[in-house]
Order: sequence, then C-alpha cells, then structure tokens
Amino acid sequence: MSMLGRLSVPPSVKRGEPFAVRVIVQHPMETGFRRDYEGKVIPLHIVDRLVCRYGGRDVFRATLGSGIAANPYLVFYVVATESGPLEVEWEDDKGEVGKVSADVNVG
Amino acid sequence: MLRAFLLLLLLLAASLPAAASDPPRPSPLRNGSEFQSGDVRSLQADDFANPMALWVERGRRLWSEVRNGRSCAACHGDAVRAMKGVAARYPRFDPALGRVVDLEQRIEACGQAMTGTAFASESDDLLGLSAYIALQSRGMPLEVSIDGPARKTWEAGRDLYFTRIGQLNLACTSCHDASWGKTLLAETISQGHPTGWPAYRLEWQRPGSLERRLRACFNGVRAEMPAYGSPDLVALELYLAWRAQGLPMESPAVRR
Amino acid sequence: MRRRTFLAAAGALAAASFRARAQVVQDIRPLVDAITGGATPDEGGIDIELPQIAENGHSVPLTVRVPSPMREDDHVRAIHVIAERNPRPAVATFELGPWSGRAEVATRIRLAGTQKVTVVAALSGNRFRIARKDILVASAACLDEGSL
Repeated sequence: MSMLGRLSVPPSVKRGEPFAVRVIVQHPMETGFRRDYEGKVIPLHIVDRLVCRYGGRDVFRATLGSGIAANPYLVFYVVATESGPLEVEWEDDKGEVGKVSADVNVG
Repeated sequence: MLRAFLLLLLLLAASLPAAASDPPRPSPLRNGSEFQSGDVRSLQADDFANPMALWVERGRRLWSEVRNGRSCAACHGDAVRAMKGVAARYPRFDPALGRVVDLEQRIEACGQAMTGTAFASESDDLLGLSAYIALQSRGMPLEVSIDGPARKTWEAGRDLYFTRIGQLNLACTSCHDASWGKTLLAETISQGHPTGWPAYRLEWQRPGSLERRLRACFNGVRAEMPAYGSPDLVALELYLAWRAQGLPMESPAVRR
Repeated sequence: MRRRTFLAAAGALAAASFRARAQVVQDIRPLVDAITGGATPDEGGIDIELPQIAENGHSVPLTVRVPSPMREDDHVRAIHVIAERNPRPAVATFELGPWSGRAEVATRIRLAGTQKVTVVAALSGNRFRIARKDILVASAACLDEGSL
C-alpha cells in the first residue's frame, strides 16, 4: 500500500472566504536518535516536504523536521476561489511520495 | 414466605454472571479515556485527527483485498454490518482453534487459513484490520463469556492479575484497584480496562494491540515480558474484559 | 524549581528510547538571524496556542495564529517554529500568501523537555515578528522501552 494520507475540506465553502484544510499522513517521522535492541541507531526518516495545490497554484507549503510528531497532522487555510480539486502532495527523505485530493464546492 | 424468598435469592445468585466469590470489580467503573488528558480525549473523539483513522482506512482497504482468490469481504460481506458488535465479545473461546483468542489472534488465524496471509505481530496490516473491526463495536458494551471452556483461562487470568511480579513486586491490582485515580508523576492511574484497544499510544507514536500494552505493563514493573501469543497474555486479557464488562468500547482509542 | 528538578531527575532515570541526546537549551539567535537576514524582528503579534503542561513530549498540539489582513500588500509569507531544547531546534516552516486568507496553522510537535517554543513570522515588505511560549513537558510515569 502506498503512503496513506487523509484529507478533509468542508462540504461547501463560500467564495472569497478562507476554509480549513486538514491533512494527516501515515509516517513514523523517525528522528534518527532512537536505537534498536542491538544499540544500532535507527536512521532519520521523515516527511520533509508537503504542498497543497488548488486553483492552479501552490497555496500552502510546509518544510517539516523531525520535531513534527509521527503521523504528521496539519491544519491550514485557503481562500475559496473556484469549485474544483484541491490536492495535497508530500515527499519523504527517501523520495517516497504520497498524494490525496478532495473536491472543493464553492457556493 | 421465607422459603419463597430464599428460593428467589438462590435463583438470583445462580443467574448472575459472576459468583459472589469472584474478585470485586472497581466501583464506579470508569472507562480508560476518563484517565487521559483533555488533549488525548479530544484527539480520540476527532474522527479525522485521531491517528487510528489511518489504520482504520488501511483495514477498510484490506477487508476487500483479494489474496489467493479470497478476501474478508467475500466470506463476511460488508464489515459494517457483519462485524458489528464482534470485537465487544473478544477475547473468546474459539472452537475451531480450541483455545481462547483475542481479536488479533483470530484475524491472524483467519488470514492464514483463508488467504495464506501471515500477519506479523503489531504489523500495520494486522492492526489496521483489528482497528477497522473494533471500530464496528464502538460504543457497544464489552460483554465476554467466561463459561465452559473459557472458564479455566479466566481463572488463570484472575490469578495472574493478583500475583505480584517484577523487581517492583507489584500486581495489577496494586495500581489498578488500590490506586486508580491517584497521580503517578503527571499521570492519573487508570482502572486498567481493555476497552480502547487497539489504540494509538503517544508513547509509541504508533498503534498497538492490548498484548503490546500488557507487555509494557510487565516492563513497567520490571518483570520479564510474556511473549506475543503467550497464554498468560490472553488469560489476562480475558480477565480484564470480564472485569470491564458493561463498559462501552472506545476502540480505536488514543492513549498517552 | 523543585518540581522541574524532580521531573528532570525522573527524565534522567527514564532511559526511554525516544529521549534525544540534546536536552540542553540552545542559542537560537543564529536560526532567527537566518530567517530575518540579521534584522531584529518586532516582538509580539503572534498568538501561540500550546498546552501549559504536556504529559509527554511525543505529540504536543500547537496552533499558531498571526493576525494579518492577508492582502497582496500586507500578508504573512511564512511561519517558522523553533524549539530551543530539541536536538534539531528548527521544527517546521510553513509558507503562506494572500491566497491563504488566514495566517493560521495547527500541527502536533515533539518537545524534548520543558522549554520555550519560539515562532518567527515573516511578513510581506521584509518585516518580521517574533513570539515565545513556555511549556512544561512531563515524563511518562511508567517506562515503556522494548514492549514492541
């Protein structure tokens, strides 16, 4: 199964008004400081980039560090312009990507 | 008149699920989330932000996934209907397997027999299915049977619950009966109910089964941890489920 | 101070695998300078929502709000979160714009002990704001390394 993520936008939004976008990504966000039973360091492994695209442009970008809790959760705002897809894409430090999208209904 | 009254008492006593000599259960019964912080409680209640939702989604997808020509859905149908109330009856004696099993063990056995899938302990797939199935019992009262072949397992669990173990020489009862509600560092000691599992534990930063949580308890009192699948663990789980009977299921929960 | 010493001692006893090696407060001025290009940010104008006490530092809810009209000529370009006691103090950077409508981001962060969380907001017109919030981070009561 590819990197799971979930996305939530309100069922309908008002043109010109900001609405909340919620996203959660399944990822251990390994800090690189933990050790396994044999004392070996578990290497750093994090989602470091996330971008939200809507209405033909990037409307939110995040650069994340190991200080973000596992299974990163984000809430941010976007102004409602047109009905259409809103897409969130992210990438981890191994180059694995994940993507979710939702439809924005502008009323 | 007196004879009728005594007869009535005898009938009443015989029909109770637990005999008068059974160990006392906490009173009042308080569910696991009542001993968590406000933040953990609101995280659990938020069906989007609750990290378990990621594993529920995984379980939902796996339910319909075809392996070796079979899938959970092919036999059981729609999980929302077919699995309703199922998790609330676990652990239970499984006649086919000839022993008491918890939900994860039942899924493991089914996966192995039906699709040839071996689920690793605490794997994302196993916890995903467990979380998805357990969700279908959310809010329903935990109600396990300790009759017949399950009785011996319940007794073993009961005995273990009251046995002091580990370097700290504590029994489950020492904290979860004698000291629930009291503070340990910044935490409030719970009554030790199993109603929220599998749960997302912030300490683990991932979900885990009740087996893992109980292993952590053994670790906490500096006792040797029983292996996954150990009869000790499932016996304890059955006893805890009996002890918590009537409490609504909270799975998939969030815990500190 | 007694409580903090006690908690620190308990934390030292807890050789839990999530404890990072750096639990020392670091000087974050170089980080702030890197954001502002050396300019001194204005104090305040940022609302940092953090619990007073976190039961453990694994997943602490954080909401940052920067009051701003979020217009083309006056908006928040970026929000930077810094945790001075974390082994990597730079926690995250969020890039916004007038298209955001609201300069507000919520997330969950890790905190390696009691500390100040600092937020620097970069605004249009090369302006900067800075704010800080204290948070007390407790340790888990029962140790849980190795249960997996």
